[in-house]
Amino acid sequence: MSADVGDGIAARFHIAFPGFTLDVDLHLPGRGVIALFGASGSGKTTVLRCVAGLQRAAAGYLRVNGETWQDEAQGHFLPTHRRPLGYVFQEASLFSHLSVRRNLAFGQQRIPVADRRVSWGQAIELLGIGHLLERAPGGLSGGERQRVGIARALLTSPRILLLDEPLAALDHQRKQEILPYLERLHDELSIPVLYVSHAPDEVARLADHLVVMEAGRVLAAGPLSETLARLDLPIRLGEDAGVVLAGRVAERDERWHLLRVECGTQSLWVRDSGLPLGRAVRVRILARDVSVVLEPGTGTSIQNTLPARVDSLGADDHPALALVKLQVNGTALLARVTCRAAEQLGLAPGLPVWIQIKAVAVL
Amino acid sequence: MGLTAEDWGAIRLTLELASLSTILLLLIGTPIAWWLARSRSWWRRPVAAVVALPLVLPPTVIGFYLLVTMGPNGPLGQLTQALGLGLLPFTFPGLVIGSVIYSMPFVIQPVQNAFQAIGDRPLEVAATLRASPLDTFFTVVLPLARPGYLTAAVLGFAHTVGEFGVVLMLGGNIANRTRVVSIQIYNHVEALEYTQAHWLAGILVVFAFLVLLTLYSLGNRGQVWR
Repeated sequence: MSADVGDGIAARFHIAFPGFTLDVDLHLPGRGVIALFGASGSGKTTVLRCVAGLQRAAAGYLRVNGETWQDEAQGHFLPTHRRPLGYVFQEASLFSHLSVRRNLAFGQQRIPVADRRVSWGQAIELLGIGHLLERAPGGLSGGERQRVGIARALLTSPRILLLDEPLAALDHQRKQEILPYLERLHDELSIPVLYVSHAPDEVARLADHLVVMEAGRVLAAGPLSETLARLDLPIRLGEDAGVVLAGRVAERDERWHLLRVECGTQSLWVRDSGLPLGRAVRVRILARDVSVVLEPGTGTSIQNTLPARVDSLGADDHPALALVKLQVNGTALLARVTCRAAEQLGLAPGLPVWIQIKAVAVL
Repeated sequence: MGLTAEDWGAIRLTLELASLSTILLLLIGTPIAWWLARSRSWWRRPVAAVVALPLVLPPTVIGFYLLVTMGPNGPLGQLTQALGLGLLPFTFPGLVIGSVIYSMPFVIQPVQNAFQAIGDRPLEVAATLRASPLDTFFTVVLPLARPGYLTAAVLGFAHTVGEFGVVLMLGGNIANRTRVVSIQIYNHVEALEYTQAHWLAGILVVFAFLVLLTLYSLGNRGQVWR
């Protein structure tokens, strides 16, 4: 939890629906992107609606960076329109009777001028919607509507931004169109962003902090890399089990069209995607792309081989498979191996090994 | 044109009655339609049924009960007398009250449907953009419900113009005070003045056709919410 911004977010909600009970107790950092991750029906959207006050938990407590928005023990509940928040709904939710410009102005004109920290120009530039202002919402593509929706939320200068699967209704191409804008939000906003998603790739790309939900309860919560490397969670991620590392482009190999990315003390070679030297990047290494060997391989096509130490072993979702958590100079990685291989290699906590990484995705 | 001064008086009175009733209905109907559209109360069903009663009751029944209620011994009659307003039957205000009740479902139902079609989402969006519930009603709900209001106004007006039974029971047949077009046609036919009846009846047919044409043109306005 970062100590510099308020005291973070404390949220306790208990609601019983027929056939579903939401019961969460969260302590989240006061800035950065916090992903609420889980299958549909796990309650993540309900948590977001409770934070917004759109849903009232009979037993609830919510404190956002020093301000109490709900404390049912004291009978205190701040209605949604008095909460300084921005909300972006899953489907396009622009007012159809207003132009894009008047949609954007709707929220902004309802907050006092003194409270406007996000300027009109800033929001429009950040989301790249300057050319859409005079259009009607009906004439926009799904991606454009979501960008307008995000800008509209930002223009209320919120102290927390709530995004409810803003990309879920979009096809792959539109997603790729919006993700860069969301990354800019992440880099430029100093407010916490609660991001609901069931897409591991979005979480890997955007989140700093991860809350994994299942059946109305919190399964795990913590910083992204740490939480992704937990052996008890990858089962739920299936093929997407893996870790995300933060790094920086350190070197370009012109001859082989490769880039060297430094993640902490480690270096990984990746395909040259044209990123400039020094650019901060995230790389994602899936457990299924990591293999474990006892000696550093010669005569292998694998370019990324690192010394590591076995941290622990865990069961995977198929009885033939095991997940191995490895420490590479303080960085945790996951490898998916067969149980037979684990036994043949004698993998045990503390064993020094080498890992070969077949694929590294730069996000 | 084959219209007498009395015919013109009936037309003017009809238009006044229909306009005033429609305006009153839009004002009274809005909160009722909102409540019917949004409430989850058990009372919603009985209230909706009462609002819809004029659709199925013979106008003479409505007229009869109104006559009794507004009469010297009825509760409304005693109230108006106590206030020094006299009695309402056979007066223009009495007709307005009758019309409001008679045309109520034709105004409330389209508005209620429009409110329901808007759904929760626009209200939630407005709340996250700092709009209070009242602010949201005027800046989001009313503009989005506009097609419903147009339908309601046209239907309420037209239905009041077509009213006969309630007026006959409640207003009688007093020239320039309670004699509306439908009554005047009846008078002409009774007096075997078929030419004059034709003129007025023809005007009502054309009016009704134009009203329905307008409605069906409005009806294809597509989605309220996007």
